[in-house]
Amino acid sequence: MDAPTDKKLSVKVRHRLGRIELSADFEVNGGITALIGPSGAGKTSVLQTIAGLLKPDWGYIATESRVLLDTERSINLQPEERRVGMLFQDGALFPHMSVARNVAYGLHPRPRSHRERDARVADLLKRFRIEGLASAKPSRISGGERQRVALARAVATSPEILLLDEPLSALDSVTKGHVSAELSQWLEELGLPSILVSHDFADVVGLADHVAIIEDGHLVQTGSKNDVLRRPASAFAAAFAGINFFPGTAEARGHHTEVRSPDGVVMVSTDTLTGSVGAVIHPWDVSLSLHKPESSAMNLLHGPVLQLSEVGSIVRVTVGSTPPIVAEITAESVERLSLALNRMVYASWKAAATRLVAQDGMV
Amino acid sequence: MFWAQLHSRVAIDALKVSMQTSVVSLACIVVFGTPVAYLLGTKRFPGRSAIVTLFELPLVLPPAVAGIALFAAFGRFGILGAQLRTVGIELPFTWVAVIMAQSFVALPFFVRQASAGFASIDAHLMGVSRTLGAGSARTFFRVAIPLARQSLSAGAALSWARALGEFGATALFAGSLQGTTQTLPLAIYDQFSAADLDAALAMSALMVAFSAGILAAVKVITRSSSW
Repeated sequence: MDAPTDKKLSVKVRHRLGRIELSADFEVNGGITALIGPSGAGKTSVLQTIAGLLKPDWGYIATESRVLLDTERSINLQPEERRVGMLFQDGALFPHMSVARNVAYGLHPRPRSHRERDARVADLLKRFRIEGLASAKPSRISGGERQRVALARAVATSPEILLLDEPLSALDSVTKGHVSAELSQWLEELGLPSILVSHDFADVVGLADHVAIIEDGHLVQTGSKNDVLRRPASAFAAAFAGINFFPGTAEARGHHTEVRSPDGVVMVSTDTLTGSVGAVIHPWDVSLSLHKPESSAMNLLHGPVLQLSEVGSIVRVTVGSTPPIVAEITAESVERLSLALNRMVYASWKAAATRLVAQDGMV
Repeated sequence: MFWAQLHSRVAIDALKVSMQTSVVSLACIVVFGTPVAYLLGTKRFPGRSAIVTLFELPLVLPPAVAGIALFAAFGRFGILGAQLRTVGIELPFTWVAVIMAQSFVALPFFVRQASAGFASIDAHLMGVSRTLGAGSARTFFRVAIPLARQSLSAGAALSWARALGEFGATALFAGSLQGTTQTLPLAIYDQFSAADLDAALAMSALMVAFSAGILAAVKVITRSSSW
């Protein structure tokens, strides 16, 4: 078992990236930091710079014990010297090697006997519950298994930092819930400072402790996940914060999963995840009506309209239910329902629209 | 039956010269062409397209022009040839000249195919290999070469076929000396000129069989399922 480290990582980067100027300064103090931003914002370039796969125009990257990059002092460790583990969305497993040989790949240069290496590989396969796949080729295993193999392969080299580039975006929404829950468990167990990059807030909000929002090459907001959700500092962050996010406890109930929020409200989801979860409901999946709907929607909240804000032809309606929920409906619907402040409405959505993400440490 | 013509001295010598020179040419092409193809396929640098053009030039150049170019450079009074002569090395009309002519003409067939193969490798795999502690050399041999192996073998087969069939550049730069520089295509031309049609036909049939075999091999290589 690798000793969990609680080292911090300092990152300062300036780099010309086509039309945008990448400029990011941040620190990671253990735990998991999500670097979130729209496509082309420079997220992946930040990861590549930390890994040593991209040399920035100017930069300083250091852990507590080592300087990985300092352009002013001409220090630039090669990727193979940095002890940074990297995970990509599809796992980036070597397709021409078996699972076991993928895991063994990074064990080569250290002075160790074949027997020692085989034992270490066997340990890792067992620890990540992939021993049954040892001789399988990566093309024959599932997306979730690929992520586990990729993680085992990275951990084999005892990295000091883990970088995850869109680790969930290649998975379908059902698998995503499982892999996300698993990943959060592994990352917690490993205790390595980790940075994960995503363009989808909902994907990583359950995994991260800290959030950094990057737009057009600049960090526009960093802070704890709750801070960023509560006080979004940019339109992009606000759009993400505009999602409905309810923490709760999930339990399987027949074909569905029931999520009980701290207020005692029960929500229904088709995702299969249990334990501590976050329920994500996109505002555009929420319908509003004046009378109790007879539709197949399994989730229903009731409360007064607290806020109406027009965004183009769409109106964001905040309903003061318990818990409060935001719906996005068309301007015509607002007119048809003659919605006005303090009018009592029903907010409903389908079980399939309740997306569950694994949660830990946040209530 | 004209197959008997293959037992003639001329045919046996030509076959021997062709096999020896084309195999050595192939080795030179693979050893020199693989790193070039890797650079062209995976790196972006200024002047890259100029280098690509330079390497593809022999594809469109008439082989006779290639022969003249080699002669102008390495011939007795050529730019480099004159210098080589002062240290006692004469290249034209030797076995080495055949290899130079074949390699020059056949190299682009390999480099094109191989660089396309390297370019199609997922860049993440190369990056991951580095972060797992493998230097660029180990990444090249353990990841890039195995993943490009189909393109490398197909390119090697095509360039071997091109080297075997080389005529124009060899004729001008290496001549047609039986047992030394006279390859099968040169021997065919020689026999045809000497009005020995049967011998020319027999050797031509042999070359058709070779070429067809190589093409079939390329098809099998490129169609064989990946992982």
